[in-house]
Amino acid sequence: MKYNVDENGFYGQFGGAFIPEMLYPNVEELKENYLKIMAEPSFQEEFNDLLQQFVGRPTPLYFAKRLSEKYNTKIYLKREDLCHTGAHKINNTIGQILVAKRLGKTRIIAETGAGQHGVATATVCALMGLECIVYMGEVDIKRQAPNVARMKMLGAEVRPASSGSKTLKDATNEAIRDWINNPIDTFYIIGSVVGPHPYPDMVARFQSVISKEIKSQLLAQEGKENPDYVIACVGGGSNAAGAFYEFLDEESVKLIAVEAAGHGVDSDESAATSVLGKIGIIHGSKTLLMQTEDGQITEPYSISAGLDYPGVGPLHAHLHDTKRAEFIAITDKEAMQSGLEISKTEGIIPAIETAHAFSVLDKKQFQPNDIVVINLSGRGDKDLNTYIDYFKF
Amino acid sequence: MNRINQKLQEDKKLLSIYFTAGFPELNDTDSIIQELEKNGVDMIEIGLPFSDPLADGPTIQESSTIAIENGMTTSLLFEQLKDIRKSVQIPLIIMGYFNPMLQFGIEQFCKKCAEVGIDGLIIPDLPLFIYETEYKSIFEKYNLKNIFLISPQTSEGRIQQIDAISDSFIYMVSSAAVTGSQSGFGSEQMEYFKRISNINLKNPQIVGFGIKDEETFEQATKYQKGAIIGSAFINFLKENPISDISKFLNSIAK
Repeated sequence: MKYNVDENGFYGQFGGAFIPEMLYPNVEELKENYLKIMAEPSFQEEFNDLLQQFVGRPTPLYFAKRLSEKYNTKIYLKREDLCHTGAHKINNTIGQILVAKRLGKTRIIAETGAGQHGVATATVCALMGLECIVYMGEVDIKRQAPNVARMKMLGAEVRPASSGSKTLKDATNEAIRDWINNPIDTFYIIGSVVGPHPYPDMVARFQSVISKEIKSQLLAQEGKENPDYVIACVGGGSNAAGAFYEFLDEESVKLIAVEAAGHGVDSDESAATSVLGKIGIIHGSKTLLMQTEDGQITEPYSISAGLDYPGVGPLHAHLHDTKRAEFIAITDKEAMQSGLEISKTEGIIPAIETAHAFSVLDKKQFQPNDIVVINLSGRGDKDLNTYIDYFKF
Repeated sequence: MNRINQKLQEDKKLLSIYFTAGFPELNDTDSIIQELEKNGVDMIEIGLPFSDPLADGPTIQESSTIAIENGMTTSLLFEQLKDIRKSVQIPLIIMGYFNPMLQFGIEQFCKKCAEVGIDGLIIPDLPLFIYETEYKSIFEKYNLKNIFLISPQTSEGRIQQIDAISDSFIYMVSSAAVTGSQSGFGSEQMEYFKRISNINLKNPQIVGFGIKDEETFEQATKYQKGAIIGSAFINFLKENPISDISKFLNSIAK
């Protein structure tokens, strides 16, 4: 598989494990064991059973009739928004907590930006009866009060990250520091295809259930496994990694990664890493990174809290570098309009992250016979306040 | 011979001090270094500030944030250090994270270090494997010692690997913790210090993380060659003028 990770943890020139030595034993333990654990029949059985019974998989691949008519092409929506907790995030947290249990870990830590990964982690910790500590930027705690409350109801402790810019990247720093301080009993559940190897690969594998299902569902509905396009939004990039995974080596399938342009890529208020980033190191991974000339990591902006990460997963940096995926940047304004349009046309209120992916329909010309799959990564309930503020409902 | 290796041959326990360049004021670098040397410090680690210092606790994160806000950059640090070797004799080490160095250009960074008289580098997030395969020859070309960390969790096999590739000292992280988070050493740490000492590594070890006063300095150097003070010194600088550095150092008996 030419787009997959190599034995040193790199995707082309991106990836690796640029971590302090104090983390080496933890990361090495995971690296040595994750593939073995994931291949165990008992693991597979438990993972698949939970995905089916607890998460509600398989999620539908829904033919969006009205949207298809409007854009004169065949549009399918992969309904990750129907997963328990409202987004694809839980596919990964189920997988990682099962790995954590098999490694004998008793304490779970996680980082969260908008709170979706924090909720998904708190949920699986409640399910497994494990202690859960979620790091969240002080700024995000204020912006995302309902998700903070959810995590608390689920029994998690939410610890504010008060350093630096007090958002997702700082919450991730704090989680990494916690892991350094608690190397024996603690497992760090990372929420996206970011961080040191083997996290990007492990998370992509857990999320690959999305593209596996797309294949079998398309075969049943269209008589062929491969669509012409797969479109997904990218912050760190976990839903896109999952939606692309099984198609990476199928060159006939065009992959479109949608980034948040914020107020526009030239506005200084953007999160379009593939346009604005340069190669650098963030959270243990060499990837495209938004930073100053001097190598200080900068704070991105997007109306969508799930897309404002200053880096992008190393797999995506590689897909960008090799031009395997096309990267398109969508502004706040375009995304908000799409969110409203999908709500009215299909009766589905998407997460604002996901709304960015829908805006591609206005940017690209598709043929009537093209099969276009959009990964509907999350539902918009968590974003109601942002929608209300924006449209003055 | 590299100044670090010379210093390590001296028959005494070594005190190394870390400070963040650009903190508390942008142009304090020179006066802090001068004052430290004048008061008998054996070695200095100059912190190149980074926005996201993963291995550091709140104290150094804060001093780094302030230093960056003050306007500290990699080029400015080299500018501030350009005449340092006219007066300062003790080993100078730059401690920083890998990304700012990568942006500066590793070869260019090493060249500048050699020009201003830096003797070694501590880069917590540059892994052994990457150093060995991509950068070792560049570091050697400029006679820069790369100093690796070990922690209580580092396996003996890994320690041997690190010892083999090192050619100055090994930075021994005192406990499983980020900088500035410890409150004195217990029997567990003393056991660890003793265990590492008994391996008989070719490189001496200098202990960092958690050293803040006379007692912890004595403990850290019972089995090891020296100790590094970082967060405690930064905290001192927050409250006191640079001219009082002697008071801080006098509180750590040597």
